Amino acid sequence: MAIAVEMPKMSDTMTEGVLVAWLADEGDTVAPGDIIAQVETDKATMDLEAYDDGVLLKKVIGEGEAVPIGGLIAVLGKAGEDPSAILAKYQGGDGAAAAPEASEAEVSTDATPSAAPAASGDGAATASASGGRIKASPLARRLAQEHGIALGSIAGSGPEGRIVKRDVEAAMSTSAAAPATAPAPVTTPAVAAPAYQPPPPIAVTGSEPAYNAVRISQMRKTIARRLAQSKYTAPHFYLTIDVDMDRMVEVRKQLNAVAEAQGTQKISFNDLITKACAAALKQHPEVNASYLEQEGEIRQYHAVHIAVAVAVDEGLVTPVIRDVDQKGLTQIAEETRALAAKARDRKLQPQEMEGSTFTTSNLGMFGIEEFTAIINPPNACILAIGGIRDVPVVKDGAIVPGKRMKVTLSSDHRVVDGAVGATFMATLRSYFEEPMTLLL
Amino acid sequence: MPEMQLREAIRQAMVEEMERDENIFLIGEEVAQYNGAYKVSQGMLDQFGEKRVIDSPISEAGFAGLGIGAALNGLRPIVEFMTWNFSFVAIDQIINNAAKVGYMSGGQFKTPIVFRGPNGAAGQLAATHNTSVEAIYAYFPGLKVISISNPDDAYGLMKSAIRDDDPVVFLESEVMYGLKGEVEVDPERLIPIGKARIAREGDDVTLVGHNKSYWVAMEVADRLAADGYSAEVIDPRTIRPFDFDTVIESVKKTNRCVIIDESNPFASISSEIAFQIQDRAFDYLDAPIRRVTAKDVPAPYAKNLIAHYMPGADDAYEACKKVMYV
Repeated sequence: MAIAVEMPKMSDTMTEGVLVAWLADEGDTVAPGDIIAQVETDKATMDLEAYDDGVLLKKVIGEGEAVPIGGLIAVLGKAGEDPSAILAKYQGGDGAAAAPEASEAEVSTDATPSAAPAASGDGAATASASGGRIKASPLARRLAQEHGIALGSIAGSGPEGRIVKRDVEAAMSTSAAAPATAPAPVTTPAVAAPAYQPPPPIAVTGSEPAYNAVRISQMRKTIARRLAQSKYTAPHFYLTIDVDMDRMVEVRKQLNAVAEAQGTQKISFNDLITKACAAALKQHPEVNASYLEQEGEIRQYHAVHIAVAVAVDEGLVTPVIRDVDQKGLTQIAEETRALAAKARDRKLQPQEMEGSTFTTSNLGMFGIEEFTAIINPPNACILAIGGIRDVPVVKDGAIVPGKRMKVTLSSDHRVVDGAVGATFMATLRSYFEEPMTLLL
Repeated sequence: MPEMQLREAIRQAMVEEMERDENIFLIGEEVAQYNGAYKVSQGMLDQFGEKRVIDSPISEAGFAGLGIGAALNGLRPIVEFMTWNFSFVAIDQIINNAAKVGYMSGGQFKTPIVFRGPNGAAGQLAATHNTSVEAIYAYFPGLKVISISNPDDAYGLMKSAIRDDDPVVFLESEVMYGLKGEVEVDPERLIPIGKARIAREGDDVTLVGHNKSYWVAMEVADRLAADGYSAEVIDPRTIRPFDFDTVIESVKKTNRCVIIDESNPFASISSEIAFQIQDRAFDYLDAPIRRVTAKDVPAPYAKNLIAHYMPGADDAYEACKKVMYV
């Protein structure tokens, strides 16, 4: 009996996966746990393991091809067995590649290691699954597919948790103005407005094409969707402070002298900033929070999990350092280094990017003095960190050389008001300027 | 535009067509000397004489068959059933002869005949006099079925029905004969068969209702408007061929549909409309299609029971709120 190998659901927000590389060949014998291919999801490149014994009879898709969750990737079976029955089954009526219209819902319990921890990356949402099947209206299903939104990440507001049009539109976050009770928003958001017009062709001179067409990667799609969602739904406001870094520079020097002597991980400014944020967040739970419209509540988290934005070749990922408030600087430094390395190698696992309660983004090393960042949903705030500058400062009436750094907090005004953000920033400043207090 | 009662609009259409074409005649119980049981044919005996306005014996199978024979031989009869309940006596003539002769003769024979009369419930008339027949006749390929809700449509569609070379079942309403409305009178005003009318445009829900149910739909649309929702109301006007395109385009816009039909629900027009929508607009549906119909029992006699039996505006209003999730 031949066995179908389907595209598993490898992350909460994944809707399709791209087969990056085959690691087994047709005719190879595989055992459960053997890695047969690498799959690029919206978050990372992950190993695809075999779940059964058998011979790889047929690779159904080639490298670089995308398949929705539940789509057929390969067929396993006994040597010489005919895979055509399975191929026919998955080919279905629509003749479209190997991908059945299979709802991601139905397979979500399949080969997936039990999906999301309670506070998952898209923690704002709860799947309206009952018995593994997500209930959604046909329209909602289609809209979600068209806009690359996983139904599992949406809470349904219809009877028995059915996901309906308005829920998907809320997730698309383009309908922020529509009241939650409106049936079908009369003013359909821009998405559905005029029919899409492809850009006009650009005149080509000679034989040189006028542009490079770059395929939009899964990661870029995710960045596009989540940041647009954030900027459209969360009303951002920004608070900037210019902090005195003299003591921080001094403390770091001392700490790293010790680290060098002991052979432990050196501490970066960013590690100190992460630690300072955790200490400040612990004192300001209203900033360590999420606005969850579907649930009708604001959650103030007890734990402090800080996501650190890491630039990688294709874009940006946000690995999460957990329970930062309970960790020492060396451990924070080691974990940050390890996660950043994994991020650059695209080896981060989805769970390593989920569950943050706050995010920092540091562009200081690029000579950026200050900038504003887009909130990483469902966080309430993100801290944008600029570089440390040597500047003349006035101390005791004299102009002396000083070290200054600008940090800007972007806040979701649905959760954090101006005064709340400002008090948090005052606490943050005290930790930056008196870093020894972090030890208290 | 002159204002007319529904019965006057139907009469106006028949009179104009009979003046235009002497092959047209009217036959039925009490259509001539008594001027029609519901006074639809008032004055027509005087105008056209007893050769063209004919009182039949109480024998539906007989005069329906006579009409079909006349149609096969080149005349264009209008056969009135005093009510469509009585057409069951003549159903073999209608479905086995009128509907099928053209097909069985390879198109050598045409049956240009109109069967007309009041259809559906009309109050405390009990089980045998309250039947809605549209699904029964629409079931048979070969028949066209029209059901009108207002004088203007009645006028324009009756003229089209008389001029059509296929047999047409034309469904009126006992309780609507006195309904007044403006009629655009013009001897050549033919409303096309098979074309629905969007009576009211809206974005939030599509309401489909024909004949009396159309007025229920309009009432519900008013109530929804008061709540801030806009309902699109479609009067199909023709039951067969049904204008599915118009309904489906509407559902693609509103993503939801409630069908109001005073027929019994099983295997009815509402079943077919719902089937077509899910077949052709599945990916546009945001809620199950709902229908509000008569209860699935013979019509009761008692006043309170018949009121409960009929599909009402309250039920339809609740159905709309359900599909809109509000």
